[in-house]
Amino acid sequence: MHENKIGSRFVKWLLICVSILFIFLMLVLPLITVISEAFRSGWETYKQAVTDEYTIKAALLTVEATLFAVIINTIFGVFAAWTITKFHFKGKKLLTTLIDIPVTVSPIIAGLIYVLTFGRQSFLYPYLKELDIDIVFAIPGIVLATIFVTFPFISRELIPVLEAQGTDEEEAAALMGARGTTIFRRITFPHIKWAFLYGIVLCTARAMGEFGAVSVLSGHLRGKTNTLPLHVEILFNEFKYVPAFAVSSILVMMAIIILVIRSVVEYIGKKET
Amino acid sequence: MKKVNKRVIPGFGLSMGVTLSLLSIIVIIPLASLVVFTSQMSLSDILKTITRDRVVASFEVSFLTAFIASAINAVMGVVLAWVLVRYDFPFKRIVDGMIELPFALPTAVAGIALTSLTSDQGIIGKFFAKFGIKIAYTRIGIVVALVFIGIPFVVRSVQPVLEKLDGSFEEAAGVMGASRARIFRKVIFPEIRPAVFTGFGLALGRCIGEYGSVVFIAGNMPFKTEITPLIIMSELQEYDYASATAIALVMLLFAFLLLFAVNLIQSRNAKILKGG
Repeated sequence: MHENKIGSRFVKWLLICVSILFIFLMLVLPLITVISEAFRSGWETYKQAVTDEYTIKAALLTVEATLFAVIINTIFGVFAAWTITKFHFKGKKLLTTLIDIPVTVSPIIAGLIYVLTFGRQSFLYPYLKELDIDIVFAIPGIVLATIFVTFPFISRELIPVLEAQGTDEEEAAALMGARGTTIFRRITFPHIKWAFLYGIVLCTARAMGEFGAVSVLSGHLRGKTNTLPLHVEILFNEFKYVPAFAVSSILVMMAIIILVIRSVVEYIGKKET
Repeated sequence: MKKVNKRVIPGFGLSMGVTLSLLSIIVIIPLASLVVFTSQMSLSDILKTITRDRVVASFEVSFLTAFIASAINAVMGVVLAWVLVRYDFPFKRIVDGMIELPFALPTAVAGIALTSLTSDQGIIGKFFAKFGIKIAYTRIGIVVALVFIGIPFVVRSVQPVLEKLDGSFEEAAGVMGASRARIFRKVIFPEIRPAVFTGFGLALGRCIGEYGSVVFIAGNMPFKTEITPLIIMSELQEYDYASATAIALVMLLFAFLLLFAVNLIQSRNAKILKGG
C-alpha cells in the first residue's frame, strides 16, 4: 500500500508538471512575447504606435463592430432561447442546427457567403448600388461578418439553462394572468442572468478578435475598413514588428480582462445555484 | 384544428418572428446565395477546380496538420482535465482560467506571437534550431498554431464528465487489486471516451477552418504550407468567386459531416452526464 502511495504521488506531480509546462509554453509564453516585443524599443515608441491615427481609427471600428454584434446577438439570443425552450413546435431541431451553423463554418467561408450575397455578381448588387449602399469592402460588411461569427454565442449559453429550468413557473404565472414581459422580467431573467452575462463576455471576446471573415470583407483600406486585428496584420506584413506587437498588446489586455470577468461571472454563478 | 390553447406562455408569435427574421438575414439568406451560386456552376467545373494539384495539396496540408494538432490536444486535454479535476496545486484557478485564453485572444495576435517565438530568432525557435528543427514557416509551425487554437475544446468537454464520475467504481477496482494504469484504462477511460471524441471533433472542425493564426506562422508556400482557407482567400482576392465557392463546398461538406458525428456522440454523452 505504501509503495502504491509513493507511486501515485509521483504520477500526480508528473502530470501537474506536464500540464503547467504545456500551459506555460503554449499560452503564457506567447503573451509574454507580445508584451516584451511591444516594449522592445521603449515606452515612447510604444505610445507612438498605440496612439497612431490609424490605430485609433481601427480601435474605434473594432468597438463599433463589437457593439453591433453584442446588441443584435443579445436580441436574437433571448428571443431564440425563449422560443426554443418555452414552446413546442415542429422543426425545432432544424432551427437549432441552423443557429449553430456560423460557428461550424470556417471564418473565410463566412466571408465568402457575404461576398456572394452582396458582392458584384449578386442579384442584389444593382439594387444596393441604386440605394447607394456599400456592404462588401465597407463597414456594413465588417459589422455583418462580426455578427455572423458570433451569432449563436448568447442563445447557446441561455438554452441549456432555460431547458433545465423547465416551463412550470412561466405557465403558472401566465395562468395567473401575468403578461409576457412581466413573466420574462420577474421569472425567467433571474434564472438566466449569469448565463446571459457569460454569453455577452464570450461574444465580445470573439467579436473584437475576428480576423478571417472580416479580412475577406474589409478590402483593407487603412483608416476606413481596418479593425485592430487587421491593423496588426498589415503592420506585421510590413515588417513593422514593434508597432504590430504594440497594437496586439491592446488586444492582449482586452483578452485578459475578458478572462478575468469570465472567471468571476462563472464563480458567482456557480455559487448561486 | 386550432391548437392555440396548448400554449399557455405568451409571446410565441413575437419571439418566433424575431428569431426567424434575424436568422434569415444573418444566416439563411447568405447561405442560400451560396446554394444559388453553386447551382449556376457546372459539376465538371467544380471537379476541375477541386482537383487542381495546388488545391489537393492544400487539402492534404489542412487535414493532416489539423488532425495531428487535434490528436495532441486530445491527449493533453485529458491530462489537463484530469489534473484540474482531481488534484490541488498552487495557482490552480489561474491555470483553469488560462485554458480559455485561445477563445479570448484574437487569432491574429496569437499568430504573430507564436511566429516570433518559433522563428530562428525566437526563444523556442533558437532552441530547436540547434537540433536542426525548424518550426515557423513549416508544417510543424502550423501544428503549433492549431494546438494553441484547439486547447480549450477537449479540456472543456472532458472536465464536466470527470467531475460527475462516481469514485466508487475506481475504489472497488483498486480494492480488488487493479493497478492504476488498468483502472484508468478499464474504468475511467470508457466513461470519458465520448467526451474526448466530442472535444476532438470540435477541435478538428475549428482547426480545419482556422485562418488567422496559421497564415502568419505557415509561410504559405504552395504545395508545402499552404492551407485550404488561404487558397479560398486568394481566389477571392482575384475575384474568382467560382473557384472559391467550389473549394469552400468541400470544406463545408466536411464540416457538416463532422458536426453530424459530433452531435451523435454528444447525445450519447448527454445521457451519461444525466446519469441515464
